[in-house]
Amino acid sequence: MSSRPVPIVAIKAAVFLLALGPLARLLLAGTTGAFGGLGANPVEFVTRSTGTWTLVFLCITLAITPARRLTGWNWLQRLRRMIGLFAFFYGALHFTTYFWLDQWFDLAAIIKDIVKRPFITVGFAAFVLMIPLALTSTDAMVRRLGRRWGKLHRLVYAVAIAAILHYWWHKAGKNDYSEVGWYAAVVIGLLGWRLVDRWRKRVTPRTQA
Amino acid sequence: MLIRTPPRHLPEPSEITPRSVWTHRRRIVQAAAAGIALPAPGWLSAQTTRTETRPEARLPGKASPLSTLGPNDKATPYKDVTTYNNFYEFGLNKEDPVVTARSLKTRPWTVTVEGEVDKPRVFDIDELLKLAPMEERVYRMRCVEGWSMVVPWVGYSMSELIRRVQPNGNAKFVEFVTLNDSKQMPGLRSSVLNWPYVEGLRIDEANHPLTLLSFGLYGELLPNQNGAPVRMVVPWKYGFKSGKSIVKIRFVEKQPVTAWNRAAPQEYGFYSNVNPEVDHPRWSQATERRIGDDGFLVRKRATLMFNGYADQVAGLYAGMDLKRSI
Repeated sequence: MSSRPVPIVAIKAAVFLLALGPLARLLLAGTTGAFGGLGANPVEFVTRSTGTWTLVFLCITLAITPARRLTGWNWLQRLRRMIGLFAFFYGALHFTTYFWLDQWFDLAAIIKDIVKRPFITVGFAAFVLMIPLALTSTDAMVRRLGRRWGKLHRLVYAVAIAAILHYWWHKAGKNDYSEVGWYAAVVIGLLGWRLVDRWRKRVTPRTQA
Repeated sequence: MLIRTPPRHLPEPSEITPRSVWTHRRRIVQAAAAGIALPAPGWLSAQTTRTETRPEARLPGKASPLSTLGPNDKATPYKDVTTYNNFYEFGLNKEDPVVTARSLKTRPWTVTVEGEVDKPRVFDIDELLKLAPMEERVYRMRCVEGWSMVVPWVGYSMSELIRRVQPNGNAKFVEFVTLNDSKQMPGLRSSVLNWPYVEGLRIDEANHPLTLLSFGLYGELLPNQNGAPVRMVVPWKYGFKSGKSIVKIRFVEKQPVTAWNRAAPQEYGFYSNVNPEVDHPRWSQATERRIGDDGFLVRKRATLMFNGYADQVAGLYAGMDLKRSI
């Protein structure tokens, strides 16, 4: 690593603002019609946009460790919590859009949907599994949970798989896998890297500290 | 600051609402208050044509009593009708067709009518345009995806064409085939469906007066992305049953293998009548989002049996189990 300190505060601030971009775009498009507006079906637009960005931030979160290891840029690690929380943030917006704008708080219909439709069941599961991760993301919780923190946060792998299934099944009836296929490939790649990495560690004992 | 007051003047004669229109409006309001749907009044035509239409694209239609709208149905804005389209031959996103369908050539165009008919024929599109008087039919359109529109179509009943080709006794079904030309339709490169797009109806469904052979909307020739130059409109069925850019109509004895039914039979039945009680496997069909006037912060509206055309079409399915024959 270079001896010069990385301006982590500035990088964090930049990433924070950048990560708010998708929300800003939705708000501007919805209120001023900028970026072509939200189209003929705004609720569908917002649902899809927030869902897509949840998946994007999940992928970025999962990419941090491999990227850090491949580049040796250990400071990347310090962005992971924030990016993970943005995945939760967009997931929460996605879920809110569903139960508010789409279902209009019709609890009976929502429960029926979650129970009856696998595509919604896994989407809901992905969201619910993100909640404990977000709640335990504070420094205090990391300290309190100790080793168990790492174990708990492996749930993010399940979240990513559930999110892909949710998207995949959503597209299944329309036979349109063009986009979800790319996301699936990225998630498989990122999780696959971890499997290979584990296997390698088992075969050759650690040489580096 | 200078405040200008508009000069006081008497209304122009053209600004005065004719008595007939005024009384009709009163009837509408009263009917709406009583929750009754009335046939579309003549004055609705004024709102379902556009001043921007180029003269050569105009296709006026006479208001039809078959335009039965409810009190909460008003024509979906032209912009939404023509920019939010499911037309997979022109791309999988609903925003695609308005851009990519520009490559569609709608002239010259012929429609081949063949199969179990006494008088098979190849119709030129200009012949079809003159085959019967054009009517304006303002119909609700319910997409299987859970959204809906109200579209002022222009065309005539499919039965007008059917009686001219004289189906024989073997003609139990009618199949509608969409153009399949990858030079004009970039979406055909994707393998989402088995091309060409085929849709079908039972012969009595095809002969029902509501079943429309449409050539236009909003008083003008169909925009390419809406299925130019000629398409089906079957208002009591989910939108995908209404084939677009039709090049062939075949009268057949056996139930046609339709495109979506073939791709996912458990999700898209041959009949696909709008039915709020039969859910799509991945979503409920009980409600729908009306594009346009419903806006953002509005609860979805209830979907009606046969899309609100039960009085006219329920008889076609007497004795059928609509939960099984989807």
